Amino acid sequence: MNNIYDIFQKLDEKNILLSFKGMITPDLLTTILQIMESKLESYDEKPKVKKKVFNVLVECLQNLYHHIDKDIVIENQKTYDKSALLMIARNNGDYQVMTGNYIESGSVEVLKQRLDFVNSLNRDELKSYYKEVLNDGMRSDKGTAGLGMVDIARKSGQKLGYHFLDLGSNLSFFSLTVTIVE
Amino acid sequence: MLEGSAKTPKVSFVASEGSLELKGRSIPENSIEFYKPLNDWIDSYGNSPKSITSVDIKLEYFNTSSSKCILDLFKQLEKLNNGDTEVKINWYFEEDDEDMEEAGEDYQAIIDLPFNMIEIEEI
Repeated sequence: MNNIYDIFQKLDEKNILLSFKGMITPDLLTTILQIMESKLESYDEKPKVKKKVFNVLVECLQNLYHHIDKDIVIENQKTYDKSALLMIARNNGDYQVMTGNYIESGSVEVLKQRLDFVNSLNRDELKSYYKEVLNDGMRSDKGTAGLGMVDIARKSGQKLGYHFLDLGSNLSFFSLTVTIVE
Repeated sequence: MLEGSAKTPKVSFVASEGSLELKGRSIPENSIEFYKPLNDWIDSYGNSPKSITSVDIKLEYFNTSSSKCILDLFKQLEKLNNGDTEVKINWYFEEDDEDMEEAGEDYQAIIDLPFNMIEIEEI
């Protein structure tokens, strides 16, 4: 069982406050948010930082909840159970919210373009783009606003870190890192 | 009147006083479902509104899914304004919460209603 220790050590080295791997459900989301709120309280963070971390976390988790591809079935991918990985790290007062999930390789390009576009905008441009999308009167068939990544970028004030790993058979793994600086 | 929960705000609507208040957090996964009764209340209120309609938004957090519902609510109120009622929005934000202050300004830029920005210590 040495590998459990390996995982523990790796999480410890990276100052992970909380990690979760599994299926994202509304109840789970509520629980994670409650845990993080009391943790943020116990670190005595500035209200501003607390709110930013909380906001980013809500959007990241709800992105996972709404957008995880539920229909991908890949041969020999026994571990695939619609699950996602969430990790929250705290390093010297800065926070990182990290997520990982499978996506269909066919969806990678569109998501990548969206992330690059959001990353290309400065603070003012993000603000006006947010208002534009807010007021466009459209919603996805899942009822989402199309504002998640823009809002995350706005609140974090940092560029979104991301990576796509091509696993073959039309399967990719998407990693997202959002940083909130004190 | 809707009681607040971990993910939804407390909503108090008193038609006889022309007052609506949203207080707490609005972060549900399905915000359309949550806001639907509110839209219905405002719809029927529009038939015989008070001369002044006062809307207090006291939100600690709201998610992007709620942001469109809040905009739709304001648009609904915008239509009532200058008819039989004068609509006023009071947008509350906590001290140093620039994000919430900016969010209010975003709506103010889109919606043609008077916004009163009010900074308070704690919501």
